[in-house]
Amino acid sequence: MPNLISFTDKGLFCEAGNFYIDPWKPVDRALITHGHSDHARFGNKYYLCQRLSKPILQLRLGENNYETVEWGENIFMNGVAISFHPAGHIIGSSQIRLEYKGEVWVISGDYKREDDGISGKFEPIKCNAFITESTFGLPIYCWKPQNEIYSKIINWINKNKETGKTSILITYSLGKAQRVIQAIKETTENIFAHGAIFNMQKTLIDSGFNLHEVKHVTPETPKVLLKETVVLAPPGAEGTSWLRKFHPYSLGVCSGWMQVRGNARRRNVDAGFALSDHADWNGLIETVKATGAQKVFVTHGFQAAFSRYVNEQNIAHASEVKTKFGDEDEEISSPLEIKNEEAQL
Amino acid sequence: MTDQVSNILNETPLPLMKRAGIGLFAELVVELSTSTKTNDKLQSLVNYFAIAPDEDKVWVIAIFSGRRPRRSVSFKLMRQWCAEVTGLHDWLFDECHGTVGDLAETLALLLPENKDDSEQTKSLSFYLEKFIAIEKEDESIKKNFIIETWKNLNRDEKFVFNKLITGSFRIGVSQKTIVNALTKVVHLSASVIAHRISGNWDPVTTSFSELMSEASSISDFSKPYPFYLAYAIDDKVEVLGNIEDWQAEWKWDGIRGQLIKRNHELFVWSRGEELMTDKFPEYFILKDLLPDGVVFDGEIIPSVEGKPLPFAVLQTRIGRKNISKKQLQEAPISFFVYDLLEYNYEDWREKSLLERRYKLEEIVSPIENDVIRISQTIDFKSWDNLAQLRETSRDMNSEGIMLKRKDSVYKVGRKRGDWWKWKVDPLVIDCVLVYAQKGSGRRSNLYTDYTFAVKDGDQLVTFTKAYSGLTDKEFAQIDNFVKRNSLEKFGPVRTVKPELVFEIAFEGIAASNRHKSGVALRFPRMNRWRKDKTVDEINTLHDLKQMLEIYGK
Repeated sequence: MPNLISFTDKGLFCEAGNFYIDPWKPVDRALITHGHSDHARFGNKYYLCQRLSKPILQLRLGENNYETVEWGENIFMNGVAISFHPAGHIIGSSQIRLEYKGEVWVISGDYKREDDGISGKFEPIKCNAFITESTFGLPIYCWKPQNEIYSKIINWINKNKETGKTSILITYSLGKAQRVIQAIKETTENIFAHGAIFNMQKTLIDSGFNLHEVKHVTPETPKVLLKETVVLAPPGAEGTSWLRKFHPYSLGVCSGWMQVRGNARRRNVDAGFALSDHADWNGLIETVKATGAQKVFVTHGFQAAFSRYVNEQNIAHASEVKTKFGDEDEEISSPLEIKNEEAQL
Repeated sequence: MTDQVSNILNETPLPLMKRAGIGLFAELVVELSTSTKTNDKLQSLVNYFAIAPDEDKVWVIAIFSGRRPRRSVSFKLMRQWCAEVTGLHDWLFDECHGTVGDLAETLALLLPENKDDSEQTKSLSFYLEKFIAIEKEDESIKKNFIIETWKNLNRDEKFVFNKLITGSFRIGVSQKTIVNALTKVVHLSASVIAHRISGNWDPVTTSFSELMSEASSISDFSKPYPFYLAYAIDDKVEVLGNIEDWQAEWKWDGIRGQLIKRNHELFVWSRGEELMTDKFPEYFILKDLLPDGVVFDGEIIPSVEGKPLPFAVLQTRIGRKNISKKQLQEAPISFFVYDLLEYNYEDWREKSLLERRYKLEEIVSPIENDVIRISQTIDFKSWDNLAQLRETSRDMNSEGIMLKRKDSVYKVGRKRGDWWKWKVDPLVIDCVLVYAQKGSGRRSNLYTDYTFAVKDGDQLVTFTKAYSGLTDKEFAQIDNFVKRNSLEKFGPVRTVKPELVFEIAFEGIAASNRHKSGVALRFPRMNRWRKDKTVDEINTLHDLKQMLEIYGK
């Protein structure tokens, strides 16, 4: 029997069901694991996603032909059984399980193992073949428990207050921002946010999520109101004149990449917090083991190292797959926005 | 001193220090390496000096001024023991090391995290003195010490512990910052502290109070003065005003050095504060030719009959433990002296350049020996005239011109205003990027170390590496290109589709049989990314050989 999923130039394709998963070129039918821009792209004629992802897709992609499902609900396309399951990465993020003629494939999308209280609790799913991300697929990436990192962030905010500084936290607008806001909401009366984060937070609250409100920083916001507060901004705001308004400030970044000191130094930030929405090395390995999959396809990240390790340890038969995930998202490994420059190369 | 310390304690709330000892130092390193402002770094150091035990303070001064104990354990063994503890294969360790770019940090990230954070760690000085104690011991004793220590330290502490064994700390703390921090905790002026912490002292035998005591440490006859460094002139030279106020000298391409004669002994220091006396036996004769109690600032430079030779000639000598007869003949070293810092055991740095120069000539001119020469001043009639003379720099193996204000005192460190370097424009060549490797430090996990090639018929011939000269943004673009256009992988090196063209600037060129191209460049760096050029338009090996002919002989 041919593989249930094949890797094509448009993306992950299920021939039997005639649909794609997170395609990077426009197709007729797309199943979407989550709302980050490298997984949910423009131009598809039909989108199937988990219910909680829909407002995110609407905000980012506008009105389209969306259909939603609940976690664990079964739907069928040409006899292929499809179900979505929590991936714990961001709100609505899902693993997609496919079953056809007795064979089960699971596509992980992006996932994290620790329950952040917002994104749903990840659970490994038994399958024959598992397609996994590997963003942090090296043993140097081993996360500390989130509460420990939250305390560090809170201590840092308090220390900044004492020295009369505003705390600017760089977080991805979708995912990390919601998580960090929940973690620090007790620390400070007002949390201010860049438009990208404010809009995302508002959309989620309007669609029924019980999240903490943040205040929008606009050109009219008086400087004195911002003094010694916490301001959240997306990576794109780093190094721009937008930050000047907050002077004096201290700049912190929340990202798994902060695990390595060089990354924090390169970005010229005052504090790096290795808070990630992806599985760490042990999380990836435990997951692969728990799925019981005989075949493992390793996508975006350290796919060569991770698949070699999985093979060497006889955990499964692993192979690398090249995808366009992790490339053009704001979660790119390179800290600088390189999207615009690509054309020049 | 105590008053001042308590003042600082009252002014700034100190962070709670849960862990003393090496933990306190680890916190300092974390703060220093993440803070981006000199003032924050200064404050972190002041806080540290205010509460750390004296025996640790001495070590911190020593470490940040490059006085690390000799490496007692090799990289190889550290790796091997880490592999034993973690069970990871070599290839995976290499992948991690390539991504992190720093061995000490890779080890700290891979070793299991110490869960019990309550245990007190030992002091910084304990570990450093232990390194010295185990240097000659059996491997098993070293192994036991290191593995046991790893178990007791948290990740940040493990990092600094490994770093203390394996390499130097490069966290952007200048000597000046250390000195300024110390002025806040002891009652001494910056220039006195700078002088005290330079030179030949040993943190094992020197206590903090001895190092910082009022009683002068003049018994150390070798102690050099901190160097005064010039900035490159970034404006039109005319802005310096009246030419009468300025002294012009040739800028030599050697090793900046201090030559000291005190107490019938001779000492030679490099700008990197390395005592290099034994490396230059030519200078020994000066012990008999110079008066006692003098300190000269000048250039250690190979030369024949007063004519300097290319720096490459000197390079063949430095780095060797023993100097052969052949090297002494092929690369005879002179000292081109341009300043006098001490005369008759008296500090002359506050006197004007004119006065120092006059005395310098009085001392050195009568000495008729090629081994020491006064670096001649340049007569010029106008700035235009000097600009023309500067164009001839390369003919005399000079890098350009130094401009010094005639009434200037000899300052400490890099300062604007009185001394300027006015270098001749670099040589340039267009070439194509062919190999890339990940960098380290703040460039970890980014392809930033490149090898370049010129054309030779249909072939590409590599001729230089370069790591600097581009903006972070350009590095990110190239990193992205490398990741998408790799042809082959040799260990950490990627072969890249030859497409990106760069202008490489360099200061000199010499023949070399170590390089395929037959040339070695001096200070190569990326001057410009030539997005306007294709690989067909780059320079050829023939062009390079011609440059060698003109500038490299």
